[in-house]
Amino acid sequence: MDHECARLLPAVCAVLADPGQPVADDTCLEKLLDWFKTVTEAESSLLLLQENPCLVELLSHVPKLQDVSARVLSFSLRLAGIFAAQEDCFQYLQQAELLPGLFGAAGPLGRAVWAVPTVRSGWIQGLRSLAQHPSALRFLADHGAVDTVFSLQGDASLFVASAAGQLLVHILALSMGGRAEGHTCPRDDDWPMCAQKIVGHIEESLCSTDTPRVTQALNALTTTFGRCQSPWTEVLWEQLSPLVARLLERDPVPAPHPLVDLLLCVARSPVLGSSDRGPWETAAQALSRLAPPQAGPLALGVLKLQLCPQALRTQAFGVLLQPLACVLKATSQGSGLPGLLDGTSEDSVVLDALLSSKSSCAGLLCRTLAHLEELQPLPQHPSPWPQAPLLRAVVTILRLCDGSAAPASSVGGRLCGTLVGCVRVQRAALDFLGTLSQGMGPQEQVTQVFAVLLECLERPDSSPTVLKKAFQATLRWLLSSARTPGCSGLGPHTALFLPELFPVLQKRLCSPCWEVRDSALEFLTHLSRHWGGQADFRHMLLESEVPELTRQLLQDPESYVRASAVTAMGELSSRGLHAAPTSPEHPEAQQSLLPEFLHILSADSEGFPRRAVMQVFTEWLRGGHADVARDTERFVATVLQVVSRDLDWEVRAQGLELALVFLGQTLGQPGPHCPYTVSLPKAAPPSPLAEALGALCRVRLFEFAFRALFDCDRPVAQKSCDLLLFLRDKTATYSSLWEAGGSPDSASVEAALQRWQAGEQDQLLGDLEPEAMLAALRSVDLEGLRGTLAQGSDHVEKSPQSLLQDMLATVGILQENQADCY
Amino acid sequence: MKIKKILSLSYCLSGHPTLPCNVLKFKSTTIMLDCGLDMTSTLNFLPLPLVQSPRLSSLPGWSLKDGNAFLDKTELIDLSTVDVILISNYHCMMALPYITEHTGFTGTVYATEPTVQIGRLLMEELVNFIERVPKAQSASLWKNKDVQRLLPSPLKDAVEVSTWRRCYTMQEVNSALSKIQLVGYSQKIELFGAVQVTPLSSGYALGSSNWIIQSHYEKVSYVSGSSLLTTHPQPMDQASLKNSDVLVLTGLTQIPTANPDGMVGEFCSNLALTVRNGGNVLVPCYPSGVIYDLLECLYQYIDSAGLSSVPLYFISPVANSSLEFSQIFAEWLCHNKQSKVYLPEPPFPHAELIQTNKLKHYPSIHGDFSNDFRQPCVVFTGHPSLRFGDVVHFMELWGKSSLNTVIFTEPDFSYLEALAPYQPLAMKCIYCPIDTRLNFIQVSKLLKEVQPLHVVCPEQYTQPPPAQPHRTDLAIDCQPPATSYRRAEVLTLPFKRRYEKIEIMPELADSLVPMEIKPGISLATVSAVLHTKDNKHVLQPPPRPAQPTSGKKRKRVSDDIPDCKVLKPLLSGSIPVEQFVQTLEKHGFSDIKVEDTAKGHIVLLQEAETLIQIEEDSTHIICDNDEMLRVRLRDLVLKFLQKF
Repeated sequence: MDHECARLLPAVCAVLADPGQPVADDTCLEKLLDWFKTVTEAESSLLLLQENPCLVELLSHVPKLQDVSARVLSFSLRLAGIFAAQEDCFQYLQQAELLPGLFGAAGPLGRAVWAVPTVRSGWIQGLRSLAQHPSALRFLADHGAVDTVFSLQGDASLFVASAAGQLLVHILALSMGGRAEGHTCPRDDDWPMCAQKIVGHIEESLCSTDTPRVTQALNALTTTFGRCQSPWTEVLWEQLSPLVARLLERDPVPAPHPLVDLLLCVARSPVLGSSDRGPWETAAQALSRLAPPQAGPLALGVLKLQLCPQALRTQAFGVLLQPLACVLKATSQGSGLPGLLDGTSEDSVVLDALLSSKSSCAGLLCRTLAHLEELQPLPQHPSPWPQAPLLRAVVTILRLCDGSAAPASSVGGRLCGTLVGCVRVQRAALDFLGTLSQGMGPQEQVTQVFAVLLECLERPDSSPTVLKKAFQATLRWLLSSARTPGCSGLGPHTALFLPELFPVLQKRLCSPCWEVRDSALEFLTHLSRHWGGQADFRHMLLESEVPELTRQLLQDPESYVRASAVTAMGELSSRGLHAAPTSPEHPEAQQSLLPEFLHILSADSEGFPRRAVMQVFTEWLRGGHADVARDTERFVATVLQVVSRDLDWEVRAQGLELALVFLGQTLGQPGPHCPYTVSLPKAAPPSPLAEALGALCRVRLFEFAFRALFDCDRPVAQKSCDLLLFLRDKTATYSSLWEAGGSPDSASVEAALQRWQAGEQDQLLGDLEPEAMLAALRSVDLEGLRGTLAQGSDHVEKSPQSLLQDMLATVGILQENQADCY
Repeated sequence: MKIKKILSLSYCLSGHPTLPCNVLKFKSTTIMLDCGLDMTSTLNFLPLPLVQSPRLSSLPGWSLKDGNAFLDKTELIDLSTVDVILISNYHCMMALPYITEHTGFTGTVYATEPTVQIGRLLMEELVNFIERVPKAQSASLWKNKDVQRLLPSPLKDAVEVSTWRRCYTMQEVNSALSKIQLVGYSQKIELFGAVQVTPLSSGYALGSSNWIIQSHYEKVSYVSGSSLLTTHPQPMDQASLKNSDVLVLTGLTQIPTANPDGMVGEFCSNLALTVRNGGNVLVPCYPSGVIYDLLECLYQYIDSAGLSSVPLYFISPVANSSLEFSQIFAEWLCHNKQSKVYLPEPPFPHAELIQTNKLKHYPSIHGDFSNDFRQPCVVFTGHPSLRFGDVVHFMELWGKSSLNTVIFTEPDFSYLEALAPYQPLAMKCIYCPIDTRLNFIQVSKLLKEVQPLHVVCPEQYTQPPPAQPHRTDLAIDCQPPATSYRRAEVLTLPFKRRYEKIEIMPELADSLVPMEIKPGISLATVSAVLHTKDNKHVLQPPPRPAQPTSGKKRKRVSDDIPDCKVLKPLLSGSIPVEQFVQTLEKHGFSDIKVEDTAKGHIVLLQEAETLIQIEEDSTHIICDNDEMLRVRLRDLVLKFLQKF
């Protein structure tokens, strides 16, 4: 603790100990605790208390106060806990007989203030910090704290109850901690008393008919197995698993969610999950006993395990697939469902869940689809993966949702009535369909997938969110169908699908709903990014009106759409797709987009389109776009000039990114330490340094970067600092040549920099020689600046002195205000 | 007071659920609910071109027919007996001249002002379309069944062609409209003292209404063409429909699978796509209704889509009146539009479109229109059947180019049938039917909210559409199941309560002395004369007891009044057997036995050889000729009962 803090501390303690003094707020006390925690981590708590007797005074004084504020009492409990975590300090506090007054029966336990949740929470957290050593265990036993913790598990405040559960597990782990590793004790008879007591309590709770008590016990066990990986946990599980299994025999199964959590936690535990004493039997029982909404997460968890008996995996996968199998069975003519759960037995429960209500049906299907989607990309996903039946199920669900399915059975009819127009299920199904694109499938099924996607995109009443998902799924299928082995070009499906897709895309680009226009543009961007080079695709795109419509959307009233249109046009233009090469009807179509984009950059009132323009420009510069390459210097100069006046810091930051790319192209790439790796066109070799610096001066890059260095937005300043550091390193050799000469201009540059730093941004630099700029560059303490910028803007306010001062000042101000009243 | 059984019958005269025509016989009144005109039969005819079309007239085997209309069955009921006609919206009054003219109809028609004004416009347009292309000859002999049989399909398959009529004239329209009495929402109209009818806002169109037909104890709600969507009309009044005994539900959306929002989006996208490509857009439509919403959407959309320079043309004989009428019915508009009037601003943005010359309207393609006509453009014109009106001209003009698009927004006609005579057609066809009327999800929400005891609806609504039998969601789902009716069916409405309200004259009421027989229930006997006139029932004091007259005197009219001799008091209460036995013992009866029977008890006085049967609603004293004993016993029984 530094001197200044030590000086302020007594006053703060006095304020805290005085019930007449209002404490500013909770956050102050929290910050104070955080600070003490860091202090005690670095130095001895004992020393701290001895050097600052005011702290001991505070701890002894507060619990005795009659009208103490709950916040201060809670704070004192937690503070005492932090100090007592070190055994010598614990002894010191014991000698002073402070701890019983805080945590024992003489403490707040029996007083009215105990009714305040903050106090109970402080008591638990204090004990949680304190319980770090065997002496603490004895203290807990002497004062019957464990019994209090038992009762707090059912506390009305969720925070208190949860903390009590955590504390219980912590005490259990601490009392078992003394056991030697590897020493397995077959029975718990020789376990410490405290541990036996806790385990006994958990056993009792597991047998209780009161569901909240069962939940508490299950949660405590979950925490235990999640946190402790010692051999004794194996014994514990062996002892308790019959009780857990008995829970599954009750009807209904109590606390199903905590139960699933526990089983998965045990299964994941390295001690138990790998042994044959693992929870496999119980998990299998749970899979068959739990209702579909709870069995699903368990099944997913089981399938995600690295090590797990194959039979259980098969069962779990069956549970996951069940709802889809039911859907297929209800809608298909034949009874056999090859590949997806042949001869299912217990589908009546699932069917009931599907048919009972719209919300339960949608919920179950959405969860199932999401689980399967999560499972599919994992390396341990079930193999063989039933790709074809799953595709059929998803396509069927999508058809049920849009009302185009014609189910044969009455169950199918009811499903259709329930699911029709259900946007939630549609979205989940489209997401999963997209995931399934990784596996492709039989030809005719892929055709079906494309057909259902096209329908979805075409339907006038598809909601914008469904359309977005449909576009995403379509993109994934298009890309993966083009990747089919032995397929050159677009692939047979795509070649058939694209001619139908473009009219839909055109229509969607004209949609009155901006979200739809936006997702259509995003889709187009991705499509051209991947296929811009494909002759067939280019041909079809240029034949359509899509490029022209996209260009018109640059004037869209919605800024998000304008931004997406900019990105799409930028992408199209990079690939020469922004307009038909020779179309006599639109002579202007051939025109470059550059002026249009520059206009958006300088005139658009919203930030998004301007940011998009900057991203496109950066990409163009990187990729050597024809419009840019024609006169790169002029391009960069113009852009930097416009950007430097922009009000949006992200645009300015993107301007620096563009400057960095330009710098890389003129001076050579930034070193490997720099994350901005640039793919330079191979044709442009770095020009000699003098010439390069001339170019940088001509585009006014120095001026732009120096201005940005003093930007009021920290990210911009940081980026500029990095850029200038890179520039300085690159020009180190060059500068040394000029060192001797000096430059008359550098003084004026430095003067300008000072004025900028002072906030006078309208000052211009004028045309200056590279030497002056380099001199200025060297004169700025960039490293120092970088250090300052790296600190948060609140680093001054965060210091402990400031905190203590604030607390005192608040009291002072409050007192002044009181005085004002008279 | 239950005095008679009321026969409530509903006659269905129309098979078209969205163009209903039902007759309700309710409490001695005959009420016709709507008189929609099903014009789908016009699709059997060739279009009436404005200019002689060599193509159309050269089609083999087809003959041009003039005005035609399909009138629904009227043999079921004599139209002259109809007391009133209630109109729910302007689409449902198109058959009015056929009902009110030349049928002996002498009743009154009730409708709101916008309904009448816009209905007049629709009729005027229809008459104008038909009359401006007069036919040299008209034929009706083909309607003979033997001749019809020989005609080409589909004409030979058309049913009941004999009921097809010529289009009415403007004179008939005016005469029919003169029988209409204007009403406002929530206005209560007494019909012959028996029934009260009230129009309620239905949210579907300007001035569109649902009707409540109620007596003192029965309430029938007639829901026709309603909408819960936020469009231009005043929102639907649902609360007033609560507590209905019967809710007649007609006029649901014709396209339950098409969501109007999606369709409007589709409309805008396709319009923009066509116009940007240099093509023209043709929108066959009615001169009022959805067109206001479409113009409002376009008002917002065309600027954002960069189409401000594309002219919108609205061509109809009543275009000007329709656009102007819509602006003056402020009180019938949704709240948003109403509040604009106070700014003051025109409630519909089409005023601004007209002001800025983006929207132009013309009575027909002749005259000014040909001077201003500029392509590419968007044309709104009638008739949606594509059989008459200026739309015929545009179909001929633009049909050959694939750049142009016809967008169908009115759901009344099958667009494929409408297009049939124009085939082969190069022009693109887009079908985005916009029907803002209730869909089945909204209906089930409405029924849950309103909770009528019974729902009566056309049979089409009780089962999924024939083309989609698995769509069980496309049918009315309510408890108890809806009673369905079909065309020409007579339905007895299921009423539970059958009471009438009767007034008691003050002097009679004064004479009543109610007696409390149970806490909260008091009774009094009334002797009075029931006087019924104009369906109002009044209890009057009985005339003074007539002077005793000799039997020889001739019976007078007043003798029909029931005798007003002093009545025996009425008894109420029950006899507690145990106490009764104790009383009997107190009065000296001994040897009493009590037997329990299914209905009550039998008290046996063995000594007196007497039997007292006590049942729930009767007590019998059976003794052998001992009148003294009987009277004694009777008095004992009476002690336990209340008299009044």
